[in-house]
Parts: sequence; structure tokens; C-alpha cells
Amino acid sequence: MSETAMDRREFIRRCTRAGVCVAAAGSLGVAFYDSRAPAAIPGPTAALTLPDYSVGPLPGRICIARGVDRKRLVRQAFAALGGMQAFVNPGERVLLKVNAAFASPPGLGATTHPDLVKAVVRLCLEAGAKKVTVTDNPINDPASCFALSGIDAAARQAGADVIVPRQSLFQRFSLTGGRLVRDWPVLAAPLLQADRIIGLAPVKDHHRSGASMTLKNWYGLLGGRRNIFHQDVHTLIAELAVMIRPTVVVLDGTQSMITNGPTGGSLSDLKPTGTLIVSTDPVAADAAGAALLGKQAQDLPFIARAEKAGAGTTDYRALNLKEIKAI
Amino acid sequence: MRIITTRRISQTFFFLLFLWFCAVSTLGEQVWQLRGWPVGWLLELDPLVGLGTLLATGTLYAGLLWGLLTVVLTIFLGRVFCGWICPFGALHQAVGWLAGRKRSAAVQIAANRYRPAQRIKYVILIFLLSGAAGDFLAWLLDLSVESSIAVAGIAAASLACGIAAVRVRKAFWRRWTTVLVLLIIGWVGLGFLTDGSRLLAASLQTGLLDPLPLFYRSVNLTLLPLLDGRMAAFSSPGRLYPGSVAIGLLFWTVVLLNLVIPRFYCRFICPLGALLEILGRNALYRMGQKPDGCTACGACDRHCEGACDPSTTLRSAECVLCMNCLDRCPHDVMGYGLHPSAAGEMAGPDLSKREFTAALVSGVAAVPLLRLSGGVDANWNPAVIRPPGALDEANFLRRCIKCGQCMRVCPTNVIHPAGLQAGIEGIWTPVLNFRVGTSGCQRGCIACGQLCPTAAIRPIPLDERLGRGEFADRGPIRIGTAFVDRGRCLPWAMDRPCIVCQENCPVSPKAIFTREEFRPVRLSGDLRLREMVEDRLLFDGPALPAERFATGDYFVTLEESPDIAPVRIKDIGSGGISLAENPFVETASPGARITVRVKLQLPFVDPSACIGCGICEHECPVKGRRAIRVSAENASRDRQHRLLL
Repeated sequence: MSETAMDRREFIRRCTRAGVCVAAAGSLGVAFYDSRAPAAIPGPTAALTLPDYSVGPLPGRICIARGVDRKRLVRQAFAALGGMQAFVNPGERVLLKVNAAFASPPGLGATTHPDLVKAVVRLCLEAGAKKVTVTDNPINDPASCFALSGIDAAARQAGADVIVPRQSLFQRFSLTGGRLVRDWPVLAAPLLQADRIIGLAPVKDHHRSGASMTLKNWYGLLGGRRNIFHQDVHTLIAELAVMIRPTVVVLDGTQSMITNGPTGGSLSDLKPTGTLIVSTDPVAADAAGAALLGKQAQDLPFIARAEKAGAGTTDYRALNLKEIKAI
Repeated sequence: MRIITTRRISQTFFFLLFLWFCAVSTLGEQVWQLRGWPVGWLLELDPLVGLGTLLATGTLYAGLLWGLLTVVLTIFLGRVFCGWICPFGALHQAVGWLAGRKRSAAVQIAANRYRPAQRIKYVILIFLLSGAAGDFLAWLLDLSVESSIAVAGIAAASLACGIAAVRVRKAFWRRWTTVLVLLIIGWVGLGFLTDGSRLLAASLQTGLLDPLPLFYRSVNLTLLPLLDGRMAAFSSPGRLYPGSVAIGLLFWTVVLLNLVIPRFYCRFICPLGALLEILGRNALYRMGQKPDGCTACGACDRHCEGACDPSTTLRSAECVLCMNCLDRCPHDVMGYGLHPSAAGEMAGPDLSKREFTAALVSGVAAVPLLRLSGGVDANWNPAVIRPPGALDEANFLRRCIKCGQCMRVCPTNVIHPAGLQAGIEGIWTPVLNFRVGTSGCQRGCIACGQLCPTAAIRPIPLDERLGRGEFADRGPIRIGTAFVDRGRCLPWAMDRPCIVCQENCPVSPKAIFTREEFRPVRLSGDLRLREMVEDRLLFDGPALPAERFATGDYFVTLEESPDIAPVRIKDIGSGGISLAENPFVETASPGARITVRVKLQLPFVDPSACIGCGICEHECPVKGRRAIRVSAENASRDRQHRLLL
């Protein structure tokens, strides 16, 4: 009899276990049941929004400074516009978007000059910026680009951080009303951790877009296989102009790359043009900078398209224009 | 009726059902064709397919819910699937029986005894499932360590536990708190290590050895194509499957291993068997001995299909419920019921901790290692063209079980099992090869996705494929883009009119368009005008064979009349060249140089219209290596393939 009793207990134990197993398997199955096939291209839809970094509703300000020394030029140009404190408030975090596209030495003019980076970092820190960060998503190997262009060393010496892009810093972004920048990876992390953005771009010849200046510089915030946008480069630049509303941009035309841009590679590609433009309106900066390449704003379709998209004005003379000669 | 007769009827039924499903996987409306037959039902009944995709994707897709039925049956009744349903098991049993039926009892008993190596199937199961679990692990380890509060909380908790571990007197509790602390530290540490790294990735590889996908694949791709003939027309004739030799080799090897040990595959390899063993370890009903009467005659061991030692301590998890022991026992000792076996029982093989960990870790580690090839990233292979509706590569590899259903049903035989072109992970996954088959990928066909049991190829509606109706804004599904190889193309490289590709392009307006060019023909000498008689040009120079130049594709220009468009040659004979018209009369004079030109239509591809169907590649008369070939560029399934704005 004792054997039967044990069997009964054993039987109940087994029944319970079987019941629990069936319930577990059943609830797992039902909980994860999916009657519909997965979507064509899955993944989170772009929910990223980018802030407006501009200095507010004041009319645009622009200063065209003539001279040869970048450090003096940029200091005096900013001074003419009310000083860096007009753009950067104490305690703010500033992002400098340089052009570090190529692993090329500074003397060849394919990248933002380290002297300019150093000077702007110092200006920001003097204005009380809490933190200054320098970034770009270059075309050549990122680490090499920052090192060889001298930007990395210059930025660190002046007290800024350098963010070399990595996969995890990108997020997908869709520009409202945009046709090309849709669900596209953007170098989001540095953008989201900044209160102000200053674009620092050299003046360069560009075979496809006609010129690479402050607007084209935003291309370096895109990730992914962005060069497919070259099929419609002018529209893309106009969309970038809407996407990034910078605090101020600096267009460095002390030397301009006249030929073989945007890579250059020889000193003979450069021409001393002795001009540096600081502007709250990148469209105006590019419109003014076109002359350094011997072109006019209407030769560059992206300028008109950016203006039409409401990113700024081509008529830089109508702005609060200051023209100075650096001493 | 004897119980084993019932079992045999069940096995025969499911085996024939399986064969029927394979045979009817041919597009058509006849009873012996696809119509509405649930040809993937046996795959859906396989819970390993469900579990594997559940681990890899976090979802149990549609019909895979059938796997639950098998799971529930197994929990209550034991491995009834292995012994009564599995068609692959039935095949093994039959072959094993044929091979061993004349052997002596001692040899049969020896062949059917339990072997410790039977636990290898667990190793295989754990290895394959852990390979699929990479993303699940990543989810477990993703504790958002960015949040400093979480990190502080975890640190405080483990510190408290650590102090408790030291303080607690009882060794039992001390041990468990230590384990808890180590787990937390390991969890956080791994979370940091794997965050944003390539250390975890998921890939579903169960299909390599899962018996139902294996059997479907083998029959679909290596048997039916051989049998397909005048007497038994299984599908459109002449099916070819490049690379099927490896599939056939695996199949015949595991079938022939039954000659050595019956049910070799089931006992040593089958990962599904291992899964069902785990589920059936504590099955309510099981085989067992009754308390009295066993004379140790060995009749049960002799015919045991599961090699589970019914005469002694019965390894109940290994039992496939063949019921041979029950039927053969002369003393009626064996029974199937709720009672444990009187001679004792144990669940079955157990992996040592070490074996378990080794299988688990190597499975988890294997996929990231494979991914270093970049096959799903920057190094994607443009030669891998997946069927319309296929998911992007990473998600595709989380679902495809390599069952070959899509390849079998494809009416044009363009879907083939991949060799190594899609990487080791992609072995036997479907790729399109337009050199083989009766045509390219038919624009109006969506058969492959309807048969895919796991939605690795989504079941798309025709409207989605064609980009109309509610899918109009997305346009048609593109599986690739055709590229003209101008070095091989007859008009481009060899001055021969052709454009078969343009003619066959099925989209409207055509994705292949042409531009006209009149190219001078290579002759062995100059042609000079001697005299002009109405529409005839008499000339000096090498002979112009009419069969070549009077075909309608050849034209004439005269050097002295550069403004006059080429004029078609109507005929060539003793009277010289007859022209369709003669506009040269006014300007040309004897001695003028005559140029014979061929009118070529040079093909171009408009990538915005091309859907990559490969019909052009299939039809291209340059048969060796086609002069127009589809490549996976611009395929809609993957962002990385994008080509146009």
C-alpha cells in the first residue's frame, strides 16, 4: 500500500510538472506569437530632432575681414561683430564643425587650418564656454584625418575635446520636408550635446557642387554611404542648410583652393585670397565667398536653393555687413 | 491491432504525407499541384524551427505555433513525434531495419545498446540554439549602463550582497550570495563589454541539421529533380540546383549510417530529438517494465529503436516510443503508462557542465566570428540576389532554415541553394542564379514568400511586388539591377545587332532602352564608287557577301556626302549595292569612298525602372558569362544596396 501512496504522490508531482511545462510553453508561444510577417525594412524610424543653434531672431550679421594671419583675422572679425560673447554665453557647450575631410597636411588647404581651430577654441573659452568640442565625419580614415590635418593637436592644445566619429555616435534622422535626408544616419551625439555650433570651413573648389564652403561643410555630419547624394548634390546641400541652423560660421579664404578641389594635393592648387568671413548666415557667407573662387553666387545652384529653402540670404550686403582690414 | 502496426501506419501516413507535400510543391491548380496544400505543415510542426526563430527574432511567426502541439504532446506522452510522426525518423527506421534484419540477435542487441556518445546531439542542439540567441543575450545584457543611477544601484546591491556573503554564517547561504554577487558583476561587466561591440550576433543555423528542413531540402533539391521525367512530371522539366551535391552527400551519409547503427542520425545527431528529449524528460506516460516476469531474454533490447536500454535501467528520454519492446516481449513485461519502470529508469544522457558550457560558449562565439567577414555589412556580396520579399541580410539570416521550399516551388527554377557566396552562415540559403532555369524571376509571381515557413522571404501580395495599389508610392520590389558588360555585349563590343535583353525586359516602360549608332564595318580594303545607276552603286574593292550585308541591318554612307544619313542596303549582287533610296546622286562622284555601316541598337539600363528580375541575363545570347548581369545593387530589401536617390 505504501508503494501506491508514493506513486500517487509521484503522479501528482509529475502532473504538476507537466502542467507547468505546458503552461510555460503555451504562454511563451502565445506571448511571442506574430501572425504578421516582419516589415520590409525594419528598424526604428527616425525620431531624432535637432535643435536650432542660431542666436535668435536678430538680423544676420556678417564681417568680411582682409588680411593674412588667421588668428588675427578671426579675432578681429568676431570683435567687429560684438565679440564671441555675442554668440556664446558663459557655461554653454560649443561644437566646432571643422572640415577634416582628408588625411592631408594643413599647408595644402584641404582641411580647416589648425591655427583657425586653435583661435576659435580660445575665443569660445574666453567667452566662458563650459566645453568646446571639435568634430567631423571625414572621408578618409577619421583618426588619420584629425591627426594629419593638425586639427587634433591644435584643438587639444587650445583646450577642446575632439570627437572622432564611431558607429555608436550616429542616429537616424529625417529632415521635415526633406526629400534626400530621410531616415539617414547623422553624427547625432556631438550635435545633441552642444548648445552652440560654429562651422569652420576653408574655401575650396569642388568639381561636382562648384564650391565647398560653409554649407557644403555640413555634409560631414552625415554618415552612411552619403556619396550617393552626389547625384543631386545641390538639393542635398540646400537640405543640409535647413537641417543645421548654426550659431555662426567662419569661412576661411586666406588661402583658397582654386583647382583640383576638394582634395588639392599641391601648393599650386592654392591661391592667396586674404579673406576671412564670419557670418551668422551661412548662405550669405557662401555667397560672399564665391568671389574668392572667381565665381558668383548664381554660378552655384546650391546657394539659390538654400536661400529658397529659407536657410539665409544671398544678398550679404543687405545684412549688417562689416568690412575690416586686419591689423 | 498490434500497437506497432498502429505506429507503422502512423509513420507511413506521415511519410507519404511528406512525400506528397514535396511532390505537390509545384505551382498549379491541379490536385497534384500546389493549389492550397499546406506543404509546410510538417516544418511548422517541428518545434525546433519555432524555438530557433523565437530565439533569433523574438517572435513566433504564424504557422510555427503548430510546434506547440508537438511540445504539448511530448510533455505528456514523450517523444511520440520521433517514433510516430517524423518522416525522416521513419526513413531511418526502415533503412536500419532493412540493414539489420538478418543479423544475429547478439549483433542486433549490441547495435541497439545505449552509447554515451548519444549526448552529442545535445551538444549540437545547444551549439545551434546559442548561435541563434546572440540578440537575446544582447537584450539581457543591455542594462543601459549609461545611466549612472542604475550602475550605482547595482554596485550598492552587490556590495551589500558581498558584505552579507562575508557575514553570513551558514555555508549554504554564503555560497549563494557569492554566486549572486559574481553573477551581478559578470552581468554588468559583460554589459559594458558587449555594449556597442561586435561580440554578440544572431544567426539561425538549426536548419543545417534539423531533420525536417534537412529532409525537405534533400528531397526537394536532390531527389525530385533526378526523378523528374516523362513518367513522373513533378515540375517544369530540367530542374538544376548548383551545389546540391553537398546537400545530397549529407543526406546519403546520414541515411547510409543506418547500415552501421540503426537510427544513427536520431541517436547521435538530431538536434530536434535532443530538444524533444529535454521536453519529454518527465513525460507523464513512458515505457517501463512491470514489477515481475522479466527473464532478461533481451527481446526488447534487440528491437529497441531509441537505444534506451529497456531491459535494465531505462533511459526514458532516449525512448522514441517505437513500442517494439512492448510488442516483442514474450512475457508481457513492458508497458506504457504512468508508472516508472520496475527495473529502474533515468532521464537519459546528461551533458557535463563543461560540455554544456563549451557548446554554449562556442555557439555564442561562432556567429560574431563569422560576421567579421563583413558579409552583412560593408563586404556584402553583390552576387547574392535574394528572392523578392526577402528580408535584409541580417534579419534574413535570423530566419532562414534552408528548407528549400522556395527553391522547389519557384516555377522558373532560378532560386538555388547558396554555396559559400553568402558566407558560411548562408550555406543553402536561397540565391538567384539567372543562368539556370526557364526564365528570370517572373514579375507576376510571389510563390516563394507564400511557402517560406519563417517569413525570411515575406509573403508579399502581388500589389507590393508590382508596386501598385497601396504600395504605389514605394514602387515595385527590386531584387537587383542589371548591368551591361560592354566588353561582352554583341552590339557594344562586336558590332553585331542583338538587343535580346531589351526585347525581353518585362517592365513597362522598359528598363532597358537603346541608343542607335551606325558603326563602320571592318572590311579588308577600301570601297570606291565606280558608277551610280539609279539606286545602285557599282564599286571597286573587296566583295561584299550579300548574306552578311544585305540583311537590312547594313547601311552605306559616302565620304563626299557627310550630311546625308546612312542609307539602307537593299541588296548586293553583280549589279553592285542596291539601296533603299539613293540620295547620293546629286553629290557623289566616282572614286568617292563608300563606307558600309551596321546599324546598332546599344542597350542601356535605366536603374530607376529595373527590378532586377534577371530575364535579360537569362536570355542574353552570350551564354557563358552573360553580357548583361544582375547584381544586388539597388535591391529594395537592404538599405546598404541603395544606388539611386
